[in-house]
Amino acid sequence: MATVCAVIASTHHPFYYRASTATGDDRPPFADAWVEKIERFRETLTAARPDVLVMVGSDHFHQLWLDNMPQFLVGKAPAYDANWYNEEREFGLPRLHLAGEEQLSAHILRQGLDSGFDLAFSNELRIDHSITCPIITLRPEADLPIVPIYTNIFAPPLPPPWRFVELGKQIRTMVESWPSDQRVAIIGTGHLSLELGGPRQFGPQGPDPEFDRRAVDWIARGDLTGCLEEVTLDSLHLPGNATHGFMDFMLMMGAAGDGVAADHVDSLDLFHTMEAYFTWYPGGDPR
Amino acid sequence: MSRYLLDKFLFTVDRDPELVERYRTDPVGLVEWWEAEMANRILGATTGEQSTWLAFTDDEREALRTHDHVALFGMGAHPFLTLTLFIAMFERDHGPMEYQRAYGAALAHVTLPYPDIST
Repeated sequence: MATVCAVIASTHHPFYYRASTATGDDRPPFADAWVEKIERFRETLTAARPDVLVMVGSDHFHQLWLDNMPQFLVGKAPAYDANWYNEEREFGLPRLHLAGEEQLSAHILRQGLDSGFDLAFSNELRIDHSITCPIITLRPEADLPIVPIYTNIFAPPLPPPWRFVELGKQIRTMVESWPSDQRVAIIGTGHLSLELGGPRQFGPQGPDPEFDRRAVDWIARGDLTGCLEEVTLDSLHLPGNATHGFMDFMLMMGAAGDGVAADHVDSLDLFHTMEAYFTWYPGGDPR
Repeated sequence: MSRYLLDKFLFTVDRDPELVERYRTDPVGLVEWWEAEMANRILGATTGEQSTWLAFTDDEREALRTHDHVALFGMGAHPFLTLTLFIAMFERDHGPMEYQRAYGAALAHVTLPYPDIST
């Protein structure tokens, strides 16, 4: 059976690519510290020697739209083009092309449907920065096949937080039951407190540093019980109007395991939002 | 209220560079054209099939015609769609992050709970 060689959870900040590649007067003062943290984070994936990446993210109204909106969707295609015109325009993100691991996609779809998750699927999926940001930060060679999994954290009505946790647990189980000798890293990205298009956006920090502090603590300790006691669809409106993206962190806590502390924990207080990076090694720390 | 149609406008204009420029320079003309030609287009259909029932209210049409992002927020238009499109149109006229901060400051009077954005 396949081996889950790493479980990784991260914010997906679309400004990283431009900040990290800028030079001279265009380079922001926080870029060097940010790059240093990302390179340390990248080493945690490299050390796990993955063959395949399961990538959990959320489409930002690119291909998925309100006339036909899935709650959870698995890509099943031999290839994925990546990034969209408005992401080039606003963030300077490059177009990417990634290979797909169709056998694992098919396995996840079959096993998911058989276990009570009515997963939607796509045979032609152009992925966006929720998945390409962690490619850029963690595997800039973009040389490994992927299975993209999209969650709806964006267009209410949303699934509740516990359902994200359950899907994360199930993804871990499904990858571990894949009849293959491949080493699979499960990588998911979300947000801490975040405001987009509202009065609290683009402040000197994220909109709710206290929520961020507690969220990092929940994730680092794998404290699903404490997290699920406090986080609801309603409560996530309070730290910022885009904070429902935190549910993808909760999904990854499910994938990492209840009560399992992360082997790598880092964060960076930036303007607008806090960055946070976590890696778990189910088979022991290879570093 | 037709939050869905507001979102459909913001979505389809933002994803098309030509429409972004037309909306920036001629919002009244673009909104009129869009409501006549695009509002009822079924985006997932390849053969030009149309719906028959989608139209803006007067307030919604006016908010779009006047680039009024504060009114759109109050109507429950999806804040991510509005922000992304308005950055595309107006960031170029300002210094780094200046437009984004002013956009938020214009909403400073808004308190929780924010308007419902569900569709």
